[in-house]
Amino acid sequence: MPLNRKNKLLDLAAAKRRGPETRDWQVTQILPSIIDGLLIGFVYGVAAMGLTLIWGVMRVINLGHGATMALGMFCTYFLFSDLAVNPYLGILAVVVLSLLFGFIIYGVALQRVIQAGYLSTLLATFAVNMIIIGVGTALFTTSPRNIDFSAGSITLGPVILQGTRLLAALAAVVITGALYLFLYCTRPGKAIRAVSNNRAAAELMGIPSSYVLALAFGLGTMLAAVAGGLTSTFFPFTILSGATYQLKSFVICVLGGLGNPLGALLGGLFLGGLEGVIPTFMPVSWVPVVEFVLFVLVLVVKPTGLLGAK
Amino acid sequence: MNAWRQPGFWVSFLLIFLAGVAVLVLRQDTLRETAFTVLMFIALASSLNILMGYTGYVNFGHIVFFGLGGYFGFYLVSEMGWPVYLAALGGGVLSAVIAYIIGCAVLRLRGAYFALATIGVNEAARAFVSNFEPFGGSTGLYVNFAAYDRYGGAAHALWFTFILLWLVTLAVVVTSYLVKRSRFGLGLSAIREDEDTAMVMGVKAPQDKTKAFLISAFFPGLIGTLYFFKNGNVEPDDAFRFQMSLEILVMVMLGGKGLLLGPIAGAFAYERLRGYLIISPMFKDLHLALSGLILLLIVLFVPGGVVGWLRERLPHYRRWLE
Repeated sequence: MPLNRKNKLLDLAAAKRRGPETRDWQVTQILPSIIDGLLIGFVYGVAAMGLTLIWGVMRVINLGHGATMALGMFCTYFLFSDLAVNPYLGILAVVVLSLLFGFIIYGVALQRVIQAGYLSTLLATFAVNMIIIGVGTALFTTSPRNIDFSAGSITLGPVILQGTRLLAALAAVVITGALYLFLYCTRPGKAIRAVSNNRAAAELMGIPSSYVLALAFGLGTMLAAVAGGLTSTFFPFTILSGATYQLKSFVICVLGGLGNPLGALLGGLFLGGLEGVIPTFMPVSWVPVVEFVLFVLVLVVKPTGLLGAK
Repeated sequence: MNAWRQPGFWVSFLLIFLAGVAVLVLRQDTLRETAFTVLMFIALASSLNILMGYTGYVNFGHIVFFGLGGYFGFYLVSEMGWPVYLAALGGGVLSAVIAYIIGCAVLRLRGAYFALATIGVNEAARAFVSNFEPFGGSTGLYVNFAAYDRYGGAAHALWFTFILLWLVTLAVVVTSYLVKRSRFGLGLSAIREDEDTAMVMGVKAPQDKTKAFLISAFFPGLIGTLYFFKNGNVEPDDAFRFQMSLEILVMVMLGGKGLLLGPIAGAFAYERLRGYLIISPMFKDLHLALSGLILLLIVLFVPGGVVGWLRERLPHYRRWLE
């Protein structure tokens, strides 16, 4: 004990001596960390948009979301490592493949139970999740992979911005813009919004709701896979990594209001920023606890989300 | 009491009772280990059924109570020197208290929102325990071997733990039956069918759901303590295995949710199937995918599970298949 106390006193003395210097170090530490977090937040936002779109249109919580993200990561990885495709061009391939994949999942697992209530749809998407992860584990094992791709970096004063994160954030903004154009300016997009607003009325107007639901699920899956592809350029990943991001997506959706795509993007930025700030005053391993407490608080206090639609 | 004359209850009860007696008569160590795992999953699945089957609320975090209760009970046995049955009770009570706290907050949410929240609970609990020093942080705790001496050495302690687990499993079955037969259980079924209508008819939905959650969380705490005491150590990744939550869920769905025999049959069938798959070289990596496939097929084609399907097919034997 006495030794411990003596050490503590020595530490205190050292801290006093370092004084102002430490504070400087903290400011220069916090700023890059927040900016970094915000850039990642854009990508979180894209993932959450996929989840929120599916919920808004189909009233289905897609528990296969994380697994789909992991598939996006692996798709980008194999395009890069085996065919040497630039990861950001590889995203285009991911878009097409995941859209098809989403249609297939909808046709196989969801179409039959879409009317049967949330218990069935939750369990069905969950089963899809288990199948993807099970097969993925068998094929790819769970040893971490990494896309070794660097896009340089930009230095702004004390802040160093990594190229991959800037590009990912840019891609996220472009995707959000494209999604909005699609939803508001094209006929299929308008059909999706109509079904989301009132499915029965949309059907009476001659909108084939079954196709629209398939399209919405495909788009949601695509957004998840693209977000996965983008994250794979800056973090190492395994087939199981999706689960963490899925949880973050839930938190973000709830923050931004389930069913609200723009809210999802803002929620993503908020969560990313938060992840940047927390490690400066708490051990990183506490991040999930904070996120979850936030999640439950929002769910309980204001289930429509902080940006509360309706 | 009329409820005791239902043959369906006695089928379930005697199945487990006789299985336990058989293991105790044969006294083989390997048989005991297999029976321990099967009984454990039967008890876990039946306790999940009290919430999920009767109320229709999916809980993806059932294993949290197994982990937290197990951790606490293990701590009591190993660090505090409590006898294992009291410690198990302590673990169960802690689980129930935590369920009550979580339930008060989260069970005001309906359906899908509740399911979302339970996914988060598991991750949060694992992160919390990994950072919580009295529970050994991320390396967990190892049993203090003196704890085994009380029961005349490790070998006797293992048999003793088995008997305790067997009794707990029987208690789960009885509780689950009593809940189902009671007015409270009827209220739960009403909530499952239509929560708004149930509330209009005077069912106090939030309180009843919290009560069901509490009962369903009490048993995993007990079982967790016994399991980790048997294993001799406890660590976060072992205690909060999300996959185990899922497997329990698949078991309930496989056997038939909302039935007494359902989770028992489901747990037994799934556990045997998994035992076979893990050994076979072809499927050993694919068993998660296969359980996913089973779940998908059940959800799509046989929502009542095996026992539910049998009940539909054999109306004459329905009273035997409760």
